[in-house]
Amino acid sequence: MGIEGIGARVARKEDKRFITGLGRYVDDMVVPGMKHAVFVRSPHAHAEIVSIDVSAAQAMPGVIGVLTGKELKADGIGNLICGWMIHSKDGTPMKMGAWSPLAVGKVRYVGDAVVVVVADTKGQARDAAEAVQIEYKELPSVTDASKAMDAGQPQIHPEAENNLIFDWEIGNGDETAAAFTKAAHVVKIDLINNRLIPNAMEPRAALGVYDKAEDHYTCWTTSQNPHVARLVMSAFYNIAPENKLRVIAPDVGGGFGSKIYIYPEEIVCLWASKKTGVPVKWAADRTESFLCDAHGRDHHTHAEMAFDKDHKILGFKVGMQVNLGAYMSLFSSVTPTYLCATLLSGQYNIPAIHANVKAIYTNTAPVDAYRGAGRPETTFVVERMMEVAARQFGMSPVELRRKNFIREFPHQTPVILMYDAGDYDASLDAALKASDYAGFPARKEAAKAKGKLRGIGLSCYIEACGIAPSAAVGSLGAGVGLWESAEVRVNAVGTIEVLTGSHSHGQGHETTFAQLVNSRFGVPLDSVSIVHGDTDKVQMGMGTYGSRSGAVGMSAIAKALDKVEAKAKKIAAHLMEADEGDIVIENGELKVAGTDKKVPWFQLALAAYTAHNLPAGMEPGLKETAFYDPSNFTFPAGCYVCEVEIDPETGVTEIVQFVAADDFGNIINPMIVEGQVHGGIAQGVGQALLEGAVYDAGGQLLTASYMDYTMPRASDLPSFQVSTSNTPCPSNPLGIKGCGEAGAIGSPPAVINAITDALGHEDLVMPATPLKVWNALRKH
Amino acid sequence: MYSVNYHRASSVAEAATLLKSGDAKALSGGMTLLPAMKTRLAAPSDVVDIARIGELKGIKVSGRTVTIGAATTHAEVASSAELKKTAPAVAELAGMIGDPHVRHRGTIGGSVANNDPAADYPSALLALGATVVTNSREIAADDFFTGLFETALEDGEIITAIRFEAPEKAAYEKFRNPASRYAIAGVFVARTGSGVRVAVTGAGENGVFRQGDMEAALAKNFAASAVEGISVSADGLMSDIHASSEYRANLVKVMAKRAVAKAG
Repeated sequence: MGIEGIGARVARKEDKRFITGLGRYVDDMVVPGMKHAVFVRSPHAHAEIVSIDVSAAQAMPGVIGVLTGKELKADGIGNLICGWMIHSKDGTPMKMGAWSPLAVGKVRYVGDAVVVVVADTKGQARDAAEAVQIEYKELPSVTDASKAMDAGQPQIHPEAENNLIFDWEIGNGDETAAAFTKAAHVVKIDLINNRLIPNAMEPRAALGVYDKAEDHYTCWTTSQNPHVARLVMSAFYNIAPENKLRVIAPDVGGGFGSKIYIYPEEIVCLWASKKTGVPVKWAADRTESFLCDAHGRDHHTHAEMAFDKDHKILGFKVGMQVNLGAYMSLFSSVTPTYLCATLLSGQYNIPAIHANVKAIYTNTAPVDAYRGAGRPETTFVVERMMEVAARQFGMSPVELRRKNFIREFPHQTPVILMYDAGDYDASLDAALKASDYAGFPARKEAAKAKGKLRGIGLSCYIEACGIAPSAAVGSLGAGVGLWESAEVRVNAVGTIEVLTGSHSHGQGHETTFAQLVNSRFGVPLDSVSIVHGDTDKVQMGMGTYGSRSGAVGMSAIAKALDKVEAKAKKIAAHLMEADEGDIVIENGELKVAGTDKKVPWFQLALAAYTAHNLPAGMEPGLKETAFYDPSNFTFPAGCYVCEVEIDPETGVTEIVQFVAADDFGNIINPMIVEGQVHGGIAQGVGQALLEGAVYDAGGQLLTASYMDYTMPRASDLPSFQVSTSNTPCPSNPLGIKGCGEAGAIGSPPAVINAITDALGHEDLVMPATPLKVWNALRKH
Repeated sequence: MYSVNYHRASSVAEAATLLKSGDAKALSGGMTLLPAMKTRLAAPSDVVDIARIGELKGIKVSGRTVTIGAATTHAEVASSAELKKTAPAVAELAGMIGDPHVRHRGTIGGSVANNDPAADYPSALLALGATVVTNSREIAADDFFTGLFETALEDGEIITAIRFEAPEKAAYEKFRNPASRYAIAGVFVARTGSGVRVAVTGAGENGVFRQGDMEAALAKNFAASAVEGISVSADGLMSDIHASSEYRANLVKVMAKRAVAKAG
């Protein structure tokens, strides 16, 4: 490793502009003639739209247009899509209801967009929005997925009888049932995975610009995947063909999944721009973010695990009821199925697994992937089960896990995935040591002496990243391939631009991707620019989510670098009259091995462009493109140990120690990896202790601001002890597994296992707020 | 925010005149009014900024009598050397309000006039038997806080200062709402020449109130153990997603114990 290459703790290049206020976000964009959009949204959870009268709004000062769903439909704008087809166990396709970008006929959740107002200023648009007269006929509503299928509940979409979208299964039901008949012990748990609201620092925004002269659209949008946005807006929403639509996602202030999806607002801004003849910008206020960004999680789960007399797992049976909200968002169908139930084997040898997932409509905001996307939900089930089982058996949770660990690789699980590499004992050992697990009983006694209840909990998680082999996901229902693209452009002076289909919205790609180039060619980081987020610059890409940018995005770059290196070596061999096989690249120079002959990198680049002396038949220039399609998922794994102290008088839980021992494969920048783990744990602790979306019986979101939705603060968190012990991933050229979501996946069960250990019973639902813990202390 | 006329008053008399125009509201630190205006929940025609009126600012200690100007910020109260000497519990309470931004803008007069049921100052005023001084009269704290966001202030009446006698012993403890960090239960205990008072904020359905049973017990024995045997009823306490009335009742007792222990 060089001082700037792979493995170096390099400070992030992009942070200078972020922390000095020079980042350029969608809401910073100003184009000539730009006007402002405000959406009129449903105040009701479920209602028929009886009439819409826009005349008073239209007459307000500064108003340019007041547009409804009826006009949008008349212009042929399509409904929103779900990008992954799931079939129910009876073979029928999922039953998806229509989601119009502006509601037509009916509204289905509080926040559903109904009318858009475009005016000279945002204030005028807001004033006019208040003057839009909409008559609603309120309908009964349901927000709880575990009740939405009951008889007598309101029907939300005509397509989905009893609000059931699909009734899907995975694994082998017969083998699992047979395993349970042989069981010496069966452990049962019921869990709720609480509903979360993503809360990216930058609220969503969109700027739609229609250019009449070129009949061309430009969309600035807060997207994690601008190319997917362009593809979907072209192919399904009938905005314009791809060559007539440019999508730009500039600096984006966090996504956590919530900015993967194409939402109504960007579609409406583009359409409204053509309709009104002016560029149209919309920027969400924080209340709109709470109401309308896709929420995460919201599962009700029943799980049963069968063990033999020696506490080896025989089978695992899981049923999940999953709330998808009022409409199916882009990846809402895959998140609780193929991204979730495929990991039910955890780190353990489980011969038979069967899971049933019921996806359900409710009168709530759409629910989709949120940091971890299905894997936190699964990990919570598996790791709560292991802890509860160990307690029921009266054995150490460490011992029960060790007894069942997978130790031979590759390992085919009963739920599709084949784990390629891992060493679960290593991360468990590291975590036990770092947390002084053996010393816990003494610490518990010491806490007791000062009136505190102390508990300790483990979580041995595994997840699947690097999504995904295109043919495999295609066979499972994906509407797209999940490869990545890269283009490496070496300039005539040797500086380099890397164009990538990955998108950075906090991950630090401008640094880590440049570190890869530095490792290969010795070019200083300042001479490498990473270009992303613009469909006019980067031809095609699948974007950033599922911790895929390292494993898939960087692999594509590595592949393009291979091609550049091959050509550079040919030119160098020609210039130095050497054999191509003898050329090595060291410290920014191409050398003939074993001699003092060398060509500096910049001179080589210049030679490629002057083309005065190239090998016969070689094209001038030094620029290569690659598409990389992964051969397998990657499997980051690790062990988290959480230790808590509860104040029994108030129910306050303090995390007194949190240890993370992860296996992320090869690491590009340890500092960025640690930052990812810290942030992920903060979000996981947020889910476990603090965060929870609450709808009241009438479908109003009670947690629609920071007055009631508790985001983690620094003071809620301990100083994390993080470490890695890595097994390189064999499935991609860089050996990378991915680290972006692990913290959020692994931490909730560790926290809840620690609290329930302190409580002495399992009757506790996340988030474990002081109120809930105080109540739990009173229950048993 | 709707459009609004902004006036900056340079004296209390001018502010009083300006407040008579239209649907005018007094603006001090603006820590409640401005967010409400931004979200269009409040729509005054005019705001009269009283935060820069010199006669409303500053802390005076004369013997045991403390007078805090209405436009004095929480940060100024929290950091006052004189107050830390004579009534440290009040300085400490001010240091526990909101976050540094709020403490540098928000004022004691604004907080008291707003009478948010989860605000901190009302409990101190009630427990200290303070006097609310306005541009037209003096009102005892006992008579001032009349309900949720309700006070004895007349339309256009401006608080000019808060006055109280420094207590022999006092302390404030609060349990914060995990999200907003307002008080779910805040308890100010004070022992003065005229007895012991225990005032509770954040918990009552009608805002700040006195806990008579605790006052009686602490008058006999000013020690945390005196509170131990008292059962706090959940009746009349607020219930929401963060805290049930039973939980608030528990917290009132726990915070009271801790406040008494802290008061020493």
